[in-house]
Amino acid sequence: MELNILIICYLIGSVTFIIGLKMLSHPESARKGNLIAAAGMAVSIFGTIFLYEENSLKLGNYVWIFSALIIGTILGTIAAKRVKMTAMPEMVSLFNGMGGACAALISIVEFDHLSHQVQMGATADRGILLIIFAGLIIGTVSFAGSMVAWGKLNGKIKDFSFSGQHIVNLVIFGIIIALSAYLIISLDPASSTLFYVIFALSVVYGLFFVLPIGGADMPVVISLLNSFTGVAAAFGGFLYDNPVMLTGGILVGSAGTILTILMCKAMNRPLSNVLIGSFGGSSSGSSGKEQGAYKEISISDSAVVMSYAKRVMIVPGYGLAVAQAQHVCHELEKLLSDKGVEVNYAIHPVAGRMPGHMNVLLAEADVDYARLLEMEQANEEFPMTDVVLILGANDVVNPAAKTDPGSPIYGMPVLDVELAKLVIINKRSMNPGYAGIDNELFFQPKSSMLFGDAKTVLQQLVTEIKTL
Amino acid sequence: MEETFNWLSQHQQMIYIVILSVFLGIEVIGRVPSVLHTPLMSGANAIHGVVIIGAIIVMGKAESENLLALVLGFLAVILGTLNVVGGFVVTDRMLEMFKKKK
Repeated sequence: MELNILIICYLIGSVTFIIGLKMLSHPESARKGNLIAAAGMAVSIFGTIFLYEENSLKLGNYVWIFSALIIGTILGTIAAKRVKMTAMPEMVSLFNGMGGACAALISIVEFDHLSHQVQMGATADRGILLIIFAGLIIGTVSFAGSMVAWGKLNGKIKDFSFSGQHIVNLVIFGIIIALSAYLIISLDPASSTLFYVIFALSVVYGLFFVLPIGGADMPVVISLLNSFTGVAAAFGGFLYDNPVMLTGGILVGSAGTILTILMCKAMNRPLSNVLIGSFGGSSSGSSGKEQGAYKEISISDSAVVMSYAKRVMIVPGYGLAVAQAQHVCHELEKLLSDKGVEVNYAIHPVAGRMPGHMNVLLAEADVDYARLLEMEQANEEFPMTDVVLILGANDVVNPAAKTDPGSPIYGMPVLDVELAKLVIINKRSMNPGYAGIDNELFFQPKSSMLFGDAKTVLQQLVTEIKTL
Repeated sequence: MEETFNWLSQHQQMIYIVILSVFLGIEVIGRVPSVLHTPLMSGANAIHGVVIIGAIIVMGKAESENLLALVLGFLAVILGTLNVVGGFVVTDRMLEMFKKKK
């Protein structure tokens, strides 16, 4: 009877994962979708604890299990609630790493269990061994890679690559596969040391996989690692013949892969390009041009020109997030609106650290959702816009993406800000953005630079506009 | 070869689930607006926390003398819980922001 209830629990879990994921792809139902999947997860977890049976034996060690659940819940909730909105992407990577590590640990324990059984005389099942190795390798690579991605996004880890790195990576991967194949085929009983060697090599491979990739590409990498952990979870499902682990794992594996491809499409760069590493040597190709002079504009002039404009478009970028200036930005928007100016925001799909980053940032400042324009809509409006105020965005407004085939960002869809009457660019300095290349927008006749920290500059603008 | 075919027929239902889930995953993602890419990734991240069930089974089956299984299992459950709870809470926080102003 109880086994039947467990089967129903797993069914509920699997269905809620499918429905939840579907609902997460539509803005109106997204939040409910998340809650539904969470509920299904809870049902599956508690069903397992109380109803799981193997060889007619229920699970024990309840004290250990519940203590671990409580510790994890408290730590996880605190970490997830306390962290700043701009740190959300790195939290996703961190939690992804935890999942990968969990899968690896399961493999380690099961391998140990299997070794003991073999020592007692049982014959090892090659299928089980294969599943254990798959879970170990994929889970470990995902864990190591996710930790590096977390470090890169919070600035603690710099890009690191050495020439020939890709060959080294391939060699390490080859060794991992060769050793695993050897162990599975030969069923060598003295294999414990080799198992841990494979584990160590997987850690190294995971690190080297992510280390050379630039911070701007982290979201794509995290999405890929996300699907890896899903596959590792699915192998756990094979191990225990567990349908909910299988469904959840494969769903995330396949959905995660599609999402990775979608993210690459939004940047108009193939996945292989992203994984081979940062922009590499190609950035030197296009910055050999003469810079030219740029114009500067003062706070008071900017304030005047924006207050008397009919339409203003704000282009938020990473600089806005770094300065945590979203609230002052909203204040500026309200002030201008009160003066009869129509203010909208042009949101590029990869502005900021992650897709949706700007939306989340501005939503935190209570900016009206309706004012956020997607790139295609914004590009239609630029010809009719009087003033564009760019807040810390760089590569997403670089015309080289349209005009310079030698540029590393060539082909990436950008915001056509130069179609507006006046472009004001706020940056801290003339330093290049993520792509590390110069932006010819700064030197065009309709553009003017407004230097300073986004928050300071916006506050000064607000003060100035209030006096007009 | 014989071994492979036997294994395949023994586990054929699992194999069906895998194949169908792959197609389901692809279908479900369909047309996602780019603004939802990050919350969707976060939600999927939480869902693969289902790996915690394996950790619970490991812990639950561990005999009291098996220190390795107990300690590693304990660690695994904590990590799995972090993935699940942290994942769903982070996703909820991201989505909380997407309220339309009335």
